[in-house]
Amino acid sequence: MRHTLSVLVENQFGVLARVVGMFSGRGFNIDTLNVAPTHDPSLSRITVVVRGNESVLEQIIKQLRKLVNVIEVRDFVAGQSVDREMVLVKIGVDARSRSEVIQICDIFRAKIINVASDSIVVEITGDEGKINAFLGILEGFPILEQARTGKLAMVR
Amino acid sequence: MKTESVVSFPNPEIGPEMKGAEVVVECLAREGVEVVFAYPGGASQELHQALAKTKKLRTILPRHEQGGSFAAEGYARATGKPGVCFATSGPGATNLVTAIADAYMDSTPLIAITGQVYQKFIGKSAFQETDFFGMTLPIVKHSYLVLNAEDLPRIFKEAFHLATTGRPGPVVIDIPKDVQQARIKPEYPAKVEMRSYNPERKATDDQLEEVLRLLAKAQKPVLYVGGGIVSGNANDELLAFAERNQIPVATTLMGVGAFPETHPLSLKWFGMHGTVAGNWAVQQSDLLFALGVRFDDRITGEVSKFAPEATIVHIDIDASEHNKNKVVHYPIISDVKHALGRLNELGKKLDTPVPDTTVWLETVRGWMKEHPFRFDPDCPHILAQEAIRVLFELTKGEAIITTGVGQHQMWAAQFYDYANPRSYISSLGLGAMGYGYPAALGAKMACPDKHVIDIDGDGSFVMNIQELATAKIEKIGAKAMILNNQHLGMVVQWEDRFYNSVRGHTILGDASNIGSPDNIGGLYPNFVQIAAGFGVPGRMVHKKEELRDAVQEMLDCDGPFLLDVVVPYTEHVLPMIPAGKTVADMIIK
Repeated sequence: MRHTLSVLVENQFGVLARVVGMFSGRGFNIDTLNVAPTHDPSLSRITVVVRGNESVLEQIIKQLRKLVNVIEVRDFVAGQSVDREMVLVKIGVDARSRSEVIQICDIFRAKIINVASDSIVVEITGDEGKINAFLGILEGFPILEQARTGKLAMVR
Repeated sequence: MKTESVVSFPNPEIGPEMKGAEVVVECLAREGVEVVFAYPGGASQELHQALAKTKKLRTILPRHEQGGSFAAEGYARATGKPGVCFATSGPGATNLVTAIADAYMDSTPLIAITGQVYQKFIGKSAFQETDFFGMTLPIVKHSYLVLNAEDLPRIFKEAFHLATTGRPGPVVIDIPKDVQQARIKPEYPAKVEMRSYNPERKATDDQLEEVLRLLAKAQKPVLYVGGGIVSGNANDELLAFAERNQIPVATTLMGVGAFPETHPLSLKWFGMHGTVAGNWAVQQSDLLFALGVRFDDRITGEVSKFAPEATIVHIDIDASEHNKNKVVHYPIISDVKHALGRLNELGKKLDTPVPDTTVWLETVRGWMKEHPFRFDPDCPHILAQEAIRVLFELTKGEAIITTGVGQHQMWAAQFYDYANPRSYISSLGLGAMGYGYPAALGAKMACPDKHVIDIDGDGSFVMNIQELATAKIEKIGAKAMILNNQHLGMVVQWEDRFYNSVRGHTILGDASNIGSPDNIGGLYPNFVQIAAGFGVPGRMVHKKEELRDAVQEMLDCDGPFLLDVVVPYTEHVLPMIPAGKTVADMIIK
């Protein structure tokens, strides 16, 4: 089972190391991880997607709450929250395939942010389903590089 | 929301200008610290200059940072107040790691202060530089790398608050040398303000009334109580609860002394080497009160088969202990002193029925009688168990006992009856050999009027033998009673039980001439001679008829003393539940 946790922490030296170290030290798995300051610069929000059954999840949440610099931990339940992820992907193209890739991008409302003679870089934002569908279709083309932000989430 | 109201938040106090290192000492004095254990070095020299100039607290120089940090733990375990140790950067700091891990496992309030290289050298692999903040992350309750001297007063106030409240634990404060040297006018905050830390946890009356309803119906209730009772100062409330409801009490090793072992409701302690009665009672209970405990594998054995018939009520201040190792029916997050005190009050106020445990108590007391801890009194040699029993008798059960790790540690818990909390001080979660003697030094500093005896093994004692110098020079009258069997006894016991007695580096002397009560000439090393070298008096005893006199001589000695008791290595600690097995697999004889 995958869960998206939103962890509000003090924006201080070493806090991310504490959080990440807790995961590895206790044998929990991280699927994706995103961290950045919030509108209040003294706070950071860590969004982490984890894998585990209910009892593992319970322990993860409790161990996070136990860390002194952690202010709040929320478990986002599907349906009650919205989430987005952004992916940058560099696709190898030639004169023939370029227009085909551009067409796919149009359909998915993905943005082309760089064009070179033999590649294009595409930005796509969306929920997990859309991103996976988009990347699935691109499988027929040579993917040169890919970078993902990991999931961000917020209560509706 | 925070307010700036002067009425509710008194202004911080501003002190005279001084060096950061002097601010550190002033902060310690303000927290009521009486003694610190500190080993100097380049990066902590400023701190030692400040310590040398103060009259507000005493600085003990250990002979190894590990000894100093174990001593700080011993002080903390004996008092409940935070123990404080200092080390320099790099190797000084890494030598603290074992004690910090120990304090984390056994929830001991420990403040570990380390010097760090100048900030401009951090990350440059400077001389004696290690990333101590990073290194200790998994074994601290919290930690600080101080980047500005102005932060010192706040950080120290927070550190003491964190170490001692909620579930206690170790806090590391790493201070670069330039921060120690900076001259500032310190601002001492009036109170701690941490928005991300609130240790207040109290069970609701609704939760507790539900517990009382369960209790009224119980036929075979048992109290399984641990270190949380001791650190939560809840022993009086526990006693009242057990007596009112007539529930037998089995402690963990961390909980030894939380309930008087001389009490008719006591089953002493249970787990791998605990009483038969304690283990059977817990296993057969229908209602198990797990108070301030963490379902450690040495307690539960195979956890899925632990107390299978019981409804488990687990009260702990640390929510992450609930359902961590064992899924329980009633997890209650609470300060255990509050919960027990309130259970007692509500029971009286609501006049809830107490369970009828007459038959159950008769059964468990029968087990206690039938299966006491025992040893062969007719053995021609002194047995370790007997030596501990003699010590118990001659100290009237009122000493503070510390231990190393191994067979002697178990026997010290089996054959000494503890009536008070904080009187059995041992490295239980981490199991750190070498803990005993330095911990005894710390406990003796805290309780100078009590007998403090390290019951140790010849393996463990050697691991911090240099602390005899600390005892001598600092005039700390802690005793060492070494149960010397020339082997790493607990590992030998496992070799005998599970590895066909093949000795895998468990003989401590010359393997072709192993010392024993029958071969005094083979004993190695000569502990009495080593002690003499440190200026500490000692005595070796191997004749049964001289044991009592030798123990008395140790107790009568004003200062430190080393008693080397030669015992056979062939004894096993029993009963024993092999690791990962269940109570049904308990080896009793």
